[in-house]
Amino acid sequence: MQTPAPFEYERAASVEEAIALLTRHGPEARLIAGGHSLLPMMKLRLARPETLIDINGLADLDYIRVEGDQIAIGAMTRHATVLESAVLAEHYRIFAEAERVIADPIVRNRGTVGGSLCQADPSEDLSAVFAALRGQVVIRSVEGARTVDLGNFHRGPYETAVGDGEILVEVRVPIRTRTGSAYEKVERRAGDWSVAAAGAFVQFGDDGSIADVGIGITAVGAEHFTCAPAEDLLRGRPPTAEAIEEAAAICAASCHPSADQRGPVDYKRHLVGVLVARALNRSIARARGEAA
Amino acid sequence: MRVTMKVNGQETTAEIEPRLLLVHYLRESAGLTGTHWGCDTSNCGACTVWLDGAPVKSCTTLAAMADGHEVRTVEGLADPVTGDLDPVQQGFMEEHGLQCGFCTPGMMMTARALLDRNPDPDEDTIREAISGNLCRCTGYENIVRAIRWAATHQTVDSQEVSA
Repeated sequence: MQTPAPFEYERAASVEEAIALLTRHGPEARLIAGGHSLLPMMKLRLARPETLIDINGLADLDYIRVEGDQIAIGAMTRHATVLESAVLAEHYRIFAEAERVIADPIVRNRGTVGGSLCQADPSEDLSAVFAALRGQVVIRSVEGARTVDLGNFHRGPYETAVGDGEILVEVRVPIRTRTGSAYEKVERRAGDWSVAAAGAFVQFGDDGSIADVGIGITAVGAEHFTCAPAEDLLRGRPPTAEAIEEAAAICAASCHPSADQRGPVDYKRHLVGVLVARALNRSIARARGEAA
Repeated sequence: MRVTMKVNGQETTAEIEPRLLLVHYLRESAGLTGTHWGCDTSNCGACTVWLDGAPVKSCTTLAAMADGHEVRTVEGLADPVTGDLDPVQQGFMEEHGLQCGFCTPGMMMTARALLDRNPDPDEDTIREAISGNLCRCTGYENIVRAIRWAATHQTVDSQEVSA
């Protein structure tokens, strides 16, 4: 029987209370949202917080809405809500495509956007999605709110910019015009972590060239879940097959996959190249309004 | 800590350790052993119950998280007054939807939630919906048929009830 080690349990009814409880209980306290990352870690004693602060009561952090030229997603938004969001479907199909292959429908009823990001599992899918879209997270503490770019959010496996006494409250992504996006994942079986996965958005300029592009990659040790050199290569260029292939090859060469039960390094690199190219090609087609 | 929650409409309460998982609360404190405790890793779905109307894996939910909330288990599927089986339960009988029966309570809770949202799901939709419930007998063909049986019979049944 797998049971977490004993802990103290607290419940927060507001963000302010969550911050106060974090401050009071110190660095051995952890927030718990859906619990589908943290509880399995606690059962295996890979995590052993002294205090859990349950934030499932923070319904005011459960939202997806347009704010000016951004989409704001509350940290307590469940995966199932992201999957079905009309707002996200209108602007970025990458979200539904990624969510459909995150765990399974029952887990998605419970797991949250904020929890997934804060767990910072190196194989997590939304980290790649938000990295591709160059999102920002909003982190609050007693000192107020600060905003961190996704590129500076992940500090390593299971480590993020969220410090002691802080809570991630929101993720933001910029709304872009003339844009298409897509997500591609290969998994061994339904609901598994990725062998490798890649997401992208492509935005066209007036002249039909790629005005902006974002690439997200997960499960293969890509730095900050992205590949800036490949993005730089594509920006300003027409979306030719050669350019896509070149960018995909850069992604495959520059990531750092590990050999494990999901496959050897060569195979994963090969997958990265294929999946990045597919995600880019489908993003391009969608940006043109074609079915993809 | 003391927790109180409605399970299948009945108020239950117990003094528990905060680390008690919902599946163990249901089986040991509430005495409802219909919910099965399977893989303990949120993979198999045998422990699936509803929390405030949505299926969740009760091995990866603290009982404390359900404090003050409503839980529905497989014991809450049949009509509490008449004892009539839910069409999903009937379908599993009619279509041989279970072999060893271990995955069945979770399968049925997931199936009921699917049909409440989508009363006429096609086979692909059913397979996607139960992708978080594993049948180690691999009896998926009959499980899908059982859920289709429920889909085709629940409308008739509800018409009969209202008539």
